[in-house]
Amino acid sequence: MKKVIVVGNGMVGYKFCEKFVAQENSKDFKVTIFGEEPRPAYDRVHLSEFFDNQDAKALEMAPAEWYAEHGIDLIIDERVSDIDRKNKTITTAKDRSFSYDYLVLATGSSAFVPPIKGVEKEGVFVYRTIEDLEGMLAYAAKLKEKNPNARAAVLGGGLLGLEAGKAVMDMGLEPHIVEFAPKLMPRQLDSRSSQVLQLKLESIGLNIHLSKATNQILGDKRITGMEFGEDDILDVDMLVVSAGIRPRDELGKSCGLEVGVRGGIVVDNKMLTSDESIYAIGEIALYNQMIYGLVAPGYDMAGIAVEQILGRTDVVMPEEIDMSTKLKLIGVDVASFGEPFMPASKGHSIIFENKTQHLYKRINVSLDGKSLLGGILVGDAADYNMLHQIYLNGMDIPEDPAQLILPASEGGSSFGSAMDLPDDAQICSCENVTKGQICGAITEGDCEDLASVAKHTKASTSCGGCKPMVADLVNETLKSLGKEVKETICEHFDFNRQELYDLIKINKVKDYQETLDLFGEGHGCEVCKPLIASIFASINMETPNRQVGIQDTNDRFLANIQRNGTYSVVPRIPGGEITPDKLIVIGEVAKKYDLYTKVTGGQRIDLFGAQLHELPLIWKELIDAGFESGHAYGKSLRTVKSCVGSTWCRYGMHESVTFAIEIENRYRGLRSPHKLKGGVSGCIRECAEARGKDFGLIAVEGGWNLYVCGNGGATPKHAILLAEQLDDETAVKYLDRFLMFYIRTAGPLVRTAPWLDKLEGGIDYLKQVVIEDSLGIAEDLELEMQGLVDKYECEWKQAIEDPKMMKRFKHFVNSDDTDDNLVFVPMRDQKMPKAWG
Amino acid sequence: MQDILSQYETVLEADVQTWFNVGVVSDFPENSGACIKYKSKQIAVYNFARTSKWYATQNLCPHKMEMVLSLGMIGDKDDIPKVACPMHKKNFSLKDGTSLGDEDLKIATYPVKIEDGNVYIGFSD
Ligand code: SRM
Ligand SMILES: Cc1cc2nc3c(=O)[nH]c(=O)nc-3n(C[C@H](O)[C@H](O)[C@H](O)COP(=O)(O)OP(=O)(O)OC[C@H]3O[C@@H](n4cnc5c(N)ncnc54)[C@H](O)[C@@H]3O)c2cc1C
Ligand code: SF4
Ligand code: FES
Repeated sequence: MKKVIVVGNGMVGYKFCEKFVAQENSKDFKVTIFGEEPRPAYDRVHLSEFFDNQDAKALEMAPAEWYAEHGIDLIIDERVSDIDRKNKTITTAKDRSFSYDYLVLATGSSAFVPPIKGVEKEGVFVYRTIEDLEGMLAYAAKLKEKNPNARAAVLGGGLLGLEAGKAVMDMGLEPHIVEFAPKLMPRQLDSRSSQVLQLKLESIGLNIHLSKATNQILGDKRITGMEFGEDDILDVDMLVVSAGIRPRDELGKSCGLEVGVRGGIVVDNKMLTSDESIYAIGEIALYNQMIYGLVAPGYDMAGIAVEQILGRTDVVMPEEIDMSTKLKLIGVDVASFGEPFMPASKGHSIIFENKTQHLYKRINVSLDGKSLLGGILVGDAADYNMLHQIYLNGMDIPEDPAQLILPASEGGSSFGSAMDLPDDAQICSCENVTKGQICGAITEGDCEDLASVAKHTKASTSCGGCKPMVADLVNETLKSLGKEVKETICEHFDFNRQELYDLIKINKVKDYQETLDLFGEGHGCEVCKPLIASIFASINMETPNRQVGIQDTNDRFLANIQRNGTYSVVPRIPGGEITPDKLIVIGEVAKKYDLYTKVTGGQRIDLFGAQLHELPLIWKELIDAGFESGHAYGKSLRTVKSCVGSTWCRYGMHESVTFAIEIENRYRGLRSPHKLKGGVSGCIRECAEARGKDFGLIAVEGGWNLYVCGNGGATPKHAILLAEQLDDETAVKYLDRFLMFYIRTAGPLVRTAPWLDKLEGGIDYLKQVVIEDSLGIAEDLELEMQGLVDKYECEWKQAIEDPKMMKRFKHFVNSDDTDDNLVFVPMRDQKMPKAWG
Repeated sequence: MQDILSQYETVLEADVQTWFNVGVVSDFPENSGACIKYKSKQIAVYNFARTSKWYATQNLCPHKMEMVLSLGMIGDKDDIPKVACPMHKKNFSLKDGTSLGDEDLKIATYPVKIEDGNVYIGFSD
């Protein structure tokens, strides 16, 4: 049996193993892989996700058992320290020797730390391994304890630096990016797109310092600042160096393999080094005098080395390597592909720019106008996958190439469907999967949906960037086979939400169990139960008290579950208006039950830390004082935010508080596919942020302007004008119609904005339905809404008045004890749950 | 935290020393979970009323060490009975306590028996 040793258990080393064992004749080889890190290979590309959950397991490329199951010896936490080429053996730092027939070097790169005076100080980090991130998290936590306004800088404004910048920002530190070049992402972006990106990043709170050469790191033991020039100092408490990478070629050097001037082990197109038994792949390999700091070329190299070792020596690395990249900084779209900068001699560029919207798109087109050579997208990279494919496959482009990037409203047309791509078009570059393979998995294989295609072909399982395109291909292929593409809700129901809504309504189904008997199978799950609970609520205005077992935990207990399993209580305060007496009651209740108290972002007051058995007691006191549930836990109407309006404000045009209260009281308790929020502003200064809500009213000369389908949250959207200058009555009528139409037709957990996005015909169609009654259902919608409004009942009151319903507010069935695992710690004169370890 | 976790170990029917009476069937909500106390342990009991099947597991979710599993929604996935933690919706098999996602998490399971309308959980201590 021949022996293959892989040095380096990183992304590419792992991929080598995966591709190796997938080959038939690999059985004749024994593979041993060494990794210096304390854990098996993990997904470095998504390293930043570690900040969200600190879940190293979730990043693993494969668990340790995977290697064993495939006959691979995985040796981690052990560095290879020496190669003896003559005797074909390697030695490790633990002084163990192993012999090889083939050696594969996949040692990757390490972060490059420029030799700046003081970089060794405490608080200076690099961004490469899980341990680096753990170090940063611990340090940042300590900093914030001492100073809530601590600052962190990132040295380097490239792809990785910006990612690190976002990460320190999310850690709650004031983020600063320091870049030597006069622009951000100098390798991928031209000056104008760089500026647009800079504006966008500044608008989300990143501070950017360009053209700065750092002379030294200040501070005694710990970093306190960075010095650029004599009087040019930036005070910072932490620094992340992201100034490029250096290949880990020390092994190659010491055993005399040919290395490049600036590092990296030289390989040919077979991935062979200057020694016939030694291959190098990934971020250590110097191919075409380049280190490719991206994972996709590394995966290709792994594939080539596998083929070579297994005897298919004609398979070699292509000459040209695609360096297209899409930045995965959450919240900012940036991508560049092909030739991002292009000399005028080779072709011409078409640029679309809108600085106020932080939008920049550039495409470079050949001189004959026939092919796409490359481009840059900032602010909106939705078209990246398609443009990238057009570029990769040399596809024809429209006569007026501007159509490729212009927004539809300005004459652009969405060009090309994924189905137009040639079969050999590479859709997933990480896993090297072609369009033919994806469609073939359905037409020739027995895959029937996206999940099975992804599992079978591995497409979209790595960086996930190609997922929208894979989904398109799967859906289109299914359609072309006459198969219905349906978004069914889960394995228990073969229907979508709208179908179930109609089925339950028409058949007058009485509860969830009957729904399951009639239309479903199995026991249900956490997807279909709350969804069907919401349908019952929208049809019958029933509260969660009737079918307790199918409610999401929050609805089940009519309160929001918190980090430690306690609950929060939010009484309704319509429009945010509250009397001093009621304020006092809230204060007294909070004091009595020792609840952490906070004013919410929705103009009301949240009381946190109540135990299950205390909820009914607290509600009782609140109800006695005239409060009712605020439904903060439900997929239902939350708040209608108001500004003070014409009653007090010198600019106010109408009584916004009065109207907000009226609307909030009208729709309180209304269950919907996702939560609903409203706002009413007294004039166009818009202090109630009505356009950031699912529905918003803004007072204008002659009435209210009604806006719909906006939200804040993760993907903010401004609401769009539906109708102008409405009187109160018409505004409510349109709102009834709009909300009921949404409730009937939206998918599960789809808020109004994404619902409108998908609604064929968009806002114009919605106007026809709501204002012109083009479907002839307007009266029906109004009646239905009025029916729900009339049936409203406070569910807190309902629960505490019925001893059977009360049974659930107890921690133990068989004991009156309470949960003894709760640990609170003091915080600013109040308390909070002990932090998660 | 770790010692809280370590008191929960799967008990097989064959190893039961004590069948502990935790109440009558009607104390337990249908098609959902509830929590009982045995010595210092918190045990989640799940009543699958459609098929009259019962399961019990530790109440502690190993993900963030919270006493919450009895509050989660129950159901099945590929015919395996399961509970979804209310906090972050990690799914656990009620048959053997293994995670039904990709995580390396596991919960202890306990045998349940129903006799004369009483509910008993089996413990090995
Ligand atoms: C308490 C509060 C934060 C605060 O202390 O101010 C809050 C707390 C939570 N928000 Fe919020 N949001 C709160 C105002 C907001 C706002 C501001 C607003 O309403 O004007 C927004 C942005 C506006 C919007 O929704 O469009 C907001 C956008 C979200 C989102 C993102 C929604 C989206 O469409 O992207 C989520 C996640 C979700 O719903 O899936 C969320 C989810 C949550 C959850 C439910 C997360 C969870 O599952 O535990 C938090 C519940 C805590 C609790 O027990 O009460 N919260 N949340 C605010 C309660 C307002 C209230 O009085 O009811
Ligand atoms: C935060 C971050 C974000 C990124 N984002 C992207 C992105 O969006 N897109 C993209 O394409 N790329 C991205 N990259 C780059 C990508 O992660 C790398 O291209 C890829 O990891 C290279 O794989 P590799 O296996 O060659 O090297 P590595 O993943 O670095 O693996 C090498 C392994 O070998 C080990 N090793 C080294 N020497 C020895 C030795 N002597 N003995 C034993 N073990 C040894 C190392 O400890 C390491 O574990 C990102 C990188 C980082 C750090
Ligand atoms: S309150 Fe809202 S924004 Fe704040 S942590 Fe919770 S979900 Fe996130
Ligand atoms: S605490 Fe249970 S899933 Fe996170």
